[in-house]
Amino acid sequence: MKPSFSHWLGLFSIILGVFAWELIVRLSGLPRFILPSPLDVWMRLLKSLADGSLLYHTSITLLEITLGLAVGVTFATLLGYMLAKSRSLEKVLSPYLVASQAIPVVAIAPLLVIWLGHGIISKVVICALIVFFPVLVNTVVGVRAVPPALYDMMHSLRASRWQVMSKLEVPASLPVLLGGLRIGATLSVIGAIVGELVDAKEGLGFLLKVGDFQYDTSMVFVAVIMLVALALALYGIVTLLEKRFLKWQHTPS
Amino acid sequence: MTAKPILTVKNLSVIFPDSNGGLHALDDISFEVHSRDFICFLGPSGSGKTTLLRIIAGLLQPSSGQVSFVDNLQPKIGMVFQQAHLMPWRTVMDNIKLPLELEGMDESQARIKAQEMIELVGLNGFEDSWPRDLSGGMAQRVGIARSLVHDPDLLLLDEPFASLDALTRERMWVELSRIWQVKQKTVIMVTHSINESLFLADDVLVLTQRPGKIKLEVKVDLPRPRNDDIRYTSHFGKLARKLRGAIE
Ligand SMILES: Nc1ncnc2c1ncn2[C@@H]1O[C@H](COP(=O)(O)OP(=O)(O)O)[C@@H](O)[C@H]1O
Ligand SMILES: [Mg+2]
Repeated sequence: MKPSFSHWLGLFSIILGVFAWELIVRLSGLPRFILPSPLDVWMRLLKSLADGSLLYHTSITLLEITLGLAVGVTFATLLGYMLAKSRSLEKVLSPYLVASQAIPVVAIAPLLVIWLGHGIISKVVICALIVFFPVLVNTVVGVRAVPPALYDMMHSLRASRWQVMSKLEVPASLPVLLGGLRIGATLSVIGAIVGELVDAKEGLGFLLKVGDFQYDTSMVFVAVIMLVALALALYGIVTLLEKRFLKWQHTPS
Repeated sequence: MTAKPILTVKNLSVIFPDSNGGLHALDDISFEVHSRDFICFLGPSGSGKTTLLRIIAGLLQPSSGQVSFVDNLQPKIGMVFQQAHLMPWRTVMDNIKLPLELEGMDESQARIKAQEMIELVGLNGFEDSWPRDLSGGMAQRVGIARSLVHDPDLLLLDEPFASLDALTRERMWVELSRIWQVKQKTVIMVTHSINESLFLADDVLVLTQRPGKIKLEVKVDLPRPRNDDIRYTSHFGKLARKLRGAIE
């Protein structure tokens, strides 16, 4: 397939943006530690790639995000499934769940770091917490939306509990679930960075802070660009999952 | 032939709990079904038709009375609903072979059986279509194929053609009639359509509205195979009038 005109338009827009940035730097005469030029950032990127620091810190953050997502999504879908199936469990837990949502995770991040240390565990937990709620809510909504008639159909065929879950509830709620994952994936990047900004010895958040302390503003830019790349990559993976598993929703007519 | 009935329903009543003393949906229903019968319950909406089928399928417990199967064996059931109720994430083929998957049949064998059903209901070429791309009539055929694929002992049809337009519906009667003759299944159908019940069934039982009670039983002694013309015979008209009189 030929890349379409709109693809080129996007690329063109990026190139234009970089030029505008360069132009602003030249015209304003701002010092480098306030606004580095695109070339400065590029050189800094190459340098940090060459000494291995960028990949190292990126891999730490990526590890935190991956583990955080895995833990958050696992607990959220399990609990979400149970809540969807049991109105009484929902009644018991919903005050806590609603209250927990009123607490911004960002605000308790320092607490979590105090309790769990400044290693990666505290970041994984922050990540998991921030991912938890949207995935939980979407799981409940998704499972509740399974058409009752399809339950009747499965039960008339004497389907086991496991079969009802694997062949009906999971595929039926997958669109909503992946929607939750899409939100969760983006949030998880924020979670990891918040944790690292509070206190860390490694990771992109750490790199951000170091750049900030040392007036190495180019480094800050590099770290931010890396974070955007991570977020986009996660978003892309969810999109791929949707393409793969939700084919039936997007059939060309 | 006086073989043992494969299903005996005795003094069946259903009362759904509600705020004022309970909703009496079915009242003192008794009947017998023999192997290869095609029996039909005819009743207005709200007469408890769906409730009756759900009880026979084991999806609901009656408030009183018994539903017993021959030798106390739970029969294998195939069910067709008012809407096709296909799984939108499965293709036509995969929807039809679902009952076989649930039985644990291996994939290749299941596909062969499902393919036979696809041919029986005339859906060749649509194996890989998604439900959203099917017309109402085609979706209902998939539903019928799915209800037959695992060779059930008992077929339960809940107003299977009510959602179709009149022409498609009449074409489906002919098809179902043909399929029933090929497969020799025991069928319990519920409907609110007099013509449908007469065209398809051997035996029509009229249900009254709330609570559903059997008011009249009519033996349909029309010859088989039945085709469109039969609906314009005087005997068909006579039976229809009799049923019409029984439904308030
Ligand atoms: N699960 C249920 N709970 C309470 N009432 C029900 C339930 N199912 C059916 N009913 C009521 O029982 C009556 C018969 O319903 P139904 O069997 O669906 O009739 P039909 O299929 O003949 O239209 C209706 O008044 C309906 O509202
Ligand atoms: Mg009904």
